[in-house]
Amino acid sequence: MELTVLNETSSDSSGGCSASACGSSNDQLSHLPDAIREKVHNHPCYSEEAHHYFARMHVAVAPACNIQCHYCNRKYDCANESRPGVVSELLTPDQAVKKTKAVAANIPQMTVLGIAGPGDPLANPERTFDTFRRLSAEAPDIKLCVSTNGLALPDCVEELAQHNIDHVTITINCVDPEIGAKIYPWIYWNNRRIRGKKAAKILIEQQQKGLEMLVERGILVKVNSVMIPGVNDEHLKEVSRIVKAKGAFLHNVMPLIAEAEHGTFYGVMGQRGPSNEELMELQDECAGDMNMMRHCRQCRADAVGLLGEDRGDEFTLDKIESMEIDYEAAMQKRALVHQGIAEELAEKEKKRAALAAVKVPSGPTLDNAHFRPVLMAVATAGGGMINQHFGHATEFLIYEASAAGVRFIGHRKVDQFCIGNDTCGEKESALAGSIRALSGCEVVLCSKIGYEPWGLLEEAGIQPNGEHAMEPIEEAIMAVYEEMIATGRLDENTSGNSQMSA
Amino acid sequence: MSLSIIESCVNCWACLDVCPSDAIYEDKPHFMIDAKKCTECEGDFADPQCASICPIEGAILDAAGLALNPPGSLTGIPPEMMDKAMAEIQAR
Repeated sequence: MELTVLNETSSDSSGGCSASACGSSNDQLSHLPDAIREKVHNHPCYSEEAHHYFARMHVAVAPACNIQCHYCNRKYDCANESRPGVVSELLTPDQAVKKTKAVAANIPQMTVLGIAGPGDPLANPERTFDTFRRLSAEAPDIKLCVSTNGLALPDCVEELAQHNIDHVTITINCVDPEIGAKIYPWIYWNNRRIRGKKAAKILIEQQQKGLEMLVERGILVKVNSVMIPGVNDEHLKEVSRIVKAKGAFLHNVMPLIAEAEHGTFYGVMGQRGPSNEELMELQDECAGDMNMMRHCRQCRADAVGLLGEDRGDEFTLDKIESMEIDYEAAMQKRALVHQGIAEELAEKEKKRAALAAVKVPSGPTLDNAHFRPVLMAVATAGGGMINQHFGHATEFLIYEASAAGVRFIGHRKVDQFCIGNDTCGEKESALAGSIRALSGCEVVLCSKIGYEPWGLLEEAGIQPNGEHAMEPIEEAIMAVYEEMIATGRLDENTSGNSQMSA
Repeated sequence: MSLSIIESCVNCWACLDVCPSDAIYEDKPHFMIDAKKCTECEGDFADPQCASICPIEGAILDAAGLALNPPGSLTGIPPEMMDKAMAEIQAR
């Protein structure tokens, strides 16, 4: 029987979060030209496989901003929030360099240093480039990247090209000033504040020009877009087409975060964010064959560590002041660690290739191929296993099981981007949040689950499943899918959720 | 003559970088304008630079104590239109 084969193959894939945690990541990068693949293979934000092994950090040296976005609140200091534009501690370039070296020495898996705010890095050119200049010289084994709204980008391309910077992220939410005026109330341009459509037009022109200039110089460009329902949701398909045609190697569509308590214009005015289904549908349309960013965690402008974790507290200013860092020694240790990871990844790749040659390890048998796809959620603490209690999950990984096998769709956070206490405002119960995060899913796999949530999940049409605790994710999902087929749950007209497709 | 920054300032640094007179300095609880240095950008720019980049309505006052960015000037929505704009946005 097929399952036996699956379990055998998975039992010898050891350590870390196996590829199964994030879908069949072995071909996520395969569509890229070799030169680009070489640049991104150990970048945790661009490779689903890499994000389990390599860490990133942001240094918050760029507080000023030259535009206003309706989804941003310029009061950025909140220790309990996890979202872009929020930091706890601003750093001078000097402190940023010290912090980067401290993190690099203590977390040797850290390969990437980004400057992402809390304002716009290129609206703080001195602080941003001073940091980059020193890091290129003093920590040459760290990749540098920067994100920007694009307004000042054309003026900065020359300087960016001079440093060790191989990735730039531009946030492009529109290519139509009419739509832009609903997202950006004003920009600061040539020493004046410009408003409305005129402002949006200038911003859009600068973004597109900057994108073209970067591509010309061979610097990788990723485009981020914030999906704002009723404003740019349909429009983002056109944005996607244009930026890819101009040479952006990746388009990452992120959901609007607009909680009233964050104090953003959209939050206060009651603009809604997209539903899980709306986001997934648009991401599928914009991603094409590139689903590399589904694990994006929309992290803070001072995040430290692996994606989804933040070890910033270990590297506060007062703590790094007292650290003595021998960076030469650290670089040697880092090189060893990176080499070890590379070997482990290569080993896994080899196993996968061998496996693929023998048998396609997923997908139900042929006569079942007509059954509809099913979304399933998984509670995992890592390692590619179903190993987390339902009640402990702060996020779920979402997979689609279908005739084509098991596909990673994305992650969904439970706690609405606020890990704080009740002082942030009214918080719904964690359980209600969990159930809402699972909309569209028919099954949730976890190691254990309490009596109360079990009942509520069933009421919501989601079948809890604790039978596959400590099993590898993809294999368990396929087993459940086959069981659903066998027990007739996927026969037509039996399911309330049958319209969900990814 | 001098502009001034009041307590609604969020310390975002934007004004400090654009002041042609180096009149703005970091302070607690918020940034301040040195009245002796501030020229209100006269002779340098058509508009006072700090008030042209400040993201907070009402945070920068002119010499007479009036807000250079009054309510509604930065959101683009005049206060009397607020309810209508909110209804429109919530219908999305």
